[in-house]
Amino acid sequence: MSRRKLQQLVESLGRSAKHFNKSEVECLIKLFNALVKRPGQSNSRFAGVGFDRNMFRDTLHSAFGMTDVMLMDRVFRTFDRDNDSCISVVEWVEGLSVFLRGTLEERIKYCFEVYDLNGDGYISREEMFQMLKNSLLKQPSEEDPDEGIKDLVDIALKKMDYDHDGKLSFMDFEKAVRDENLLLEAFGPCLPDLKWQTMVFQPAPSAGL
Amino acid sequence: MGAALSRAAQWTAAGSGTGTLETTSLNESVLNEIIKFLEDVCTTHPQEAAFIFREPLEWETELSCSVFGEETVQSEAKGKDGQPVLLRTASTVRVRSFDQLSHLLQNAMEKKSKEAQACLEANRDPIVKILGPEYGTVEGEDLSMLHLLDKVKKDDDPETETIRRIILLLHQLDLQLLNSSLKHISQDIRLNPAAVNNEVNLLKNFSGKGEDTVLESLEYTSDYMFSNGCRAPPWRQAHGEICYLVIKPHDTDPLYITCSTAGVFLNGGKDDIDYERKSDVYKDIVTFLRERSPKFVENMAKQAAKKDTEEGRSNTVSRKAKKKASGTSSQSVRKKQSSKWYGLLIFLPSFFFYFYFPYLHKTGRFEDISESSSETEEDEEQPIRRQEGNTDLPSEYWGIQKLAKYLKGGNPTATVIALCSMRDFNLAQETCQLAIRDVGCLEVLINLLDTEEIKCQIGSLKILKEISQNTLIRHAIADLGGLEIMVKILDSPDKDLKCLAAETIANVARFKEARRTVRQHGGIKRLVGLLGCNSVGSSSLTSYQAKDTEMARCGALALWSCSKSTKNKEAIRKAGGIPLLAKWLKCSHANILTPVAGTLQECASEPSYRLAIRTEGMIENLVKNLSSEHEELQMHCANAIFKCAEDKETRDLVRQHGGLAPLSVLLGNSENKQLLAAVTGAIWKCAISRENVSKFRECKAVEALVGLLTDQPEEVLVNTVGALGECCQEPINRTTIRKCGGIPTLVKLLTGTDQALLVNVTKAVGACAAERENMTIIDRLDGVRLLWSLLKNPNPDVQASAAWAICPCIENAKDAGEMVRSFVGGLELIVNLLKSKNKEVLASVCAAITNIAKDEENLAVITDHGVVPLLSKLANTNNDKLRRHLAEAISNCCMWGSNRVTFGETKAVAPLVRYLKSNDPSVHRATAQALYQLSEDPNNCITMHENGVVKLLLAMVGSTDETLQEAAAGCIANIRRLALATEKAKYG
Repeated sequence: MSRRKLQQLVESLGRSAKHFNKSEVECLIKLFNALVKRPGQSNSRFAGVGFDRNMFRDTLHSAFGMTDVMLMDRVFRTFDRDNDSCISVVEWVEGLSVFLRGTLEERIKYCFEVYDLNGDGYISREEMFQMLKNSLLKQPSEEDPDEGIKDLVDIALKKMDYDHDGKLSFMDFEKAVRDENLLLEAFGPCLPDLKWQTMVFQPAPSAGL
Repeated sequence: MGAALSRAAQWTAAGSGTGTLETTSLNESVLNEIIKFLEDVCTTHPQEAAFIFREPLEWETELSCSVFGEETVQSEAKGKDGQPVLLRTASTVRVRSFDQLSHLLQNAMEKKSKEAQACLEANRDPIVKILGPEYGTVEGEDLSMLHLLDKVKKDDDPETETIRRIILLLHQLDLQLLNSSLKHISQDIRLNPAAVNNEVNLLKNFSGKGEDTVLESLEYTSDYMFSNGCRAPPWRQAHGEICYLVIKPHDTDPLYITCSTAGVFLNGGKDDIDYERKSDVYKDIVTFLRERSPKFVENMAKQAAKKDTEEGRSNTVSRKAKKKASGTSSQSVRKKQSSKWYGLLIFLPSFFFYFYFPYLHKTGRFEDISESSSETEEDEEQPIRRQEGNTDLPSEYWGIQKLAKYLKGGNPTATVIALCSMRDFNLAQETCQLAIRDVGCLEVLINLLDTEEIKCQIGSLKILKEISQNTLIRHAIADLGGLEIMVKILDSPDKDLKCLAAETIANVARFKEARRTVRQHGGIKRLVGLLGCNSVGSSSLTSYQAKDTEMARCGALALWSCSKSTKNKEAIRKAGGIPLLAKWLKCSHANILTPVAGTLQECASEPSYRLAIRTEGMIENLVKNLSSEHEELQMHCANAIFKCAEDKETRDLVRQHGGLAPLSVLLGNSENKQLLAAVTGAIWKCAISRENVSKFRECKAVEALVGLLTDQPEEVLVNTVGALGECCQEPINRTTIRKCGGIPTLVKLLTGTDQALLVNVTKAVGACAAERENMTIIDRLDGVRLLWSLLKNPNPDVQASAAWAICPCIENAKDAGEMVRSFVGGLELIVNLLKSKNKEVLASVCAAITNIAKDEENLAVITDHGVVPLLSKLANTNNDKLRRHLAEAISNCCMWGSNRVTFGETKAVAPLVRYLKSNDPSVHRATAQALYQLSEDPNNCITMHENGVVKLLLAMVGSTDETLQEAAAGCIANIRRLALATEKAKYG
């Protein structure tokens, strides 16, 4: 990428991704370029242009310690604003802006999008079940292992479904989280831990992520 | 260490992924044995102790750096490869020899067993680490000893020799551990149907055709089982019999046995059951068979050897058996039966450990089948609780129990949902608080604190903070080691987390042991650290500063709770807390001012704090907050002033900062008794300074105080009366008290019992009596008699205070002599008080006697009661106050009969002369008067002269004090006159 192009990109992203300053944006762009050009990614359709699903998943895993494949895919979808299954440099920086520095409001919105698996504007009972199904250790005594998960879904609904329609609307979710911040990641980790937030900008060789 | 340990590791592996050793009395004893072994091994086997492990034992230590001295420590001793035998980096310790291990444990002191446990948990197979992998995993754990020995025997270099000895040592320990464990679990065994059934089932699994089975067959005589699990006919059940078995061992005839609650024995069997007992009673079937069939014993051992291959199978067996048991029998039965198992398993060492661990060592998902024998406490509680469950447990109980399941067995996501949901219960309600404890949630909540999951930690603390309002919960949290973890959390970078931890500590540390725990784990320093931020004073806060303020608030809350222990006050001071508290006292937020002022008033009991409060300029802020709109804050400030105003400079500061007026205003608030007590206390202490009294008079405080003499709790009364007593320093206030009708109430209070109150009341009454009109009222109300009777109070403070009060009464009463005589036995009483050991009492009684002696008739009476020798006995004192009053008493007592001569005979004169060397002018005056009186007797003059009185008196003649001048001159004159007379007699 030429110096001028980079400069332009930094300029425009500096405006849209408001939680980063310019040098941070630049740092993230460099990181993006380094990650995209990483050997072993060349066979990808988007090699050199952006992240595909697998690359992004790897990055999430290695950089932020995320493990839940389903949620990582959802994070990918959330980052991928134009739905082309590729995260461009702009999507990358803007996505990270919320991911790393988002205000509570932005993060609520982001988490809701992640959890709304089918994108219909509601987190349904089934979606919750999907997301929570691995959250309990299998009890050998348990006759039906799903029973516990179903109960857990009920508990979550009871806690968060303010309008009692059996599913979580964005309103429900937002109210619940504002009430109790801990519920932001109620259905699985999709935000980085506190300790990751500074790591990305460390001046270490960026490919070393 | 040794095989038992390696098995311990195996138990954990069988239990769950990351095992921990549950705190049970059995585990504890195992740990203790291991520790003892380690401690002994250094002295008894130095060579082996120095042996360098193949790989270091490595674990996370809880020991603070102080045990090691520095952050990173390594021992001087090095292994062959140059690695240090002990290496500590951050919280990880690596140890490579028994020597160092035992040193470390010695240094660990009371954390010994914790360290040992951590070591075992982190090193599942220590024997591999100690001796190398080839020793840990040789074919089969239990016969491995023999193989190992063989192996060691083959080559004979010295190190192998050492290894062999170590193996023997470890083996020995192993046996010891097994024995002690057996002792533990074999206590209190009584058979029950489920236990028998299980034993039979287990044995059946190892019975059948073939050489290797333990038995050929084993059958019940009856297939029918009664609903209670017994197979014996009802009339035999009445004898405690459970069932009958036919057992065919490989090597003997069929055995017909009876299983009864008392144990197992041979019956008269064959075709028809003969119920008669034909053998000794054994505690279980296996023990019985072991006695009867050698082949059984042999094959049991064989089974053991096959253990490795059969692991999977036996596993399923155990599970199956277990499940059956849980299906059919109650919890308590299960417990008994599980203890029953050990009897069998001890002969199958491999099985033993196999079953043993999951039963005894509660970890992770084995929670549900782990209610076991050695948790004595739960053993007692559980049945009771279960019963309650059937009757009338509130619905919250079940709700909480359900959530507990997710706390115990869920990943962080599920845990957070459960935690948030739990907060929807009314946690302020005791039912819920106790339910959380009773379903075992408290342990889980505290365990959550020890994880890395910030969200779980926060959620857990939010609950703990609420429920720790309950005393029982507080104790339970402390007992479970929650405080230590919360103190550790104070180091977290997350501010919310720190705040919650501090707030919870503030709740829990309401009792002594908890406060001590916080201190001993370095909590005070960390809490003080929470106060250390730099955004004080600004009124508009950014969100960042708001966080800091919140943190300081929580820190101050916790310090406040902690500051109720003297040692913690000291610790706060040493941690540099005082300047920080001073800084926050300047801010304007009541929610942080309250705990800060609370801490300060608590600490003001220490002189060092009082000094600091004055010198750090905190008085100004305390005074300022007296006008706050928060009563609690006002109260703490008033209390702090109350405690600090013992010092004169502080009293002056309070006045200079305009604190007296707000204090007077606060007297109007008669609803809040605690506030009232603090305010009256502050007024009392401030009024010790005369300037302050005038100020209070201007503020009409005296009138308000008199109004508080009725219908107030004792602590208010004590302070109010004390304040009135001090206010009487100004004569005009005495009149005010009378005019407000305070005298009768004060006199009435003389009949009270509270010692502190009596001291103050007598003082106040005495102060009022200085005015004649007041005295008339007191006399009319028989106040002097009441005062006099207080001389009989056992408390010397009350005695002294009463005696002091009597003085002005006698001075100002009409017909005082008559009044005093009217108290039957009164004079004898007061004379006898001269035998007291308390200087203040003596001084006060001397003062009273001075006044009594002014009446000649009374003087005669007290002389008869032997006042003179008693006074003389006191003469040798260095206490100026006593000297002064004693001298006055002596001078007044000289007026009767031959008292002057008696004083001389009882050697009172010489010491009196020495009083003239005192620095106190009032002593000089009284002494000179006494000497003047005494000098009327020639012998006394001689004594005085011999003691060099003339020179001393000559100096006094030059005094500006006329009384002193006169007395000194009179005395000299008497001496001179005597000398002249003597000369005249000699030469004339």
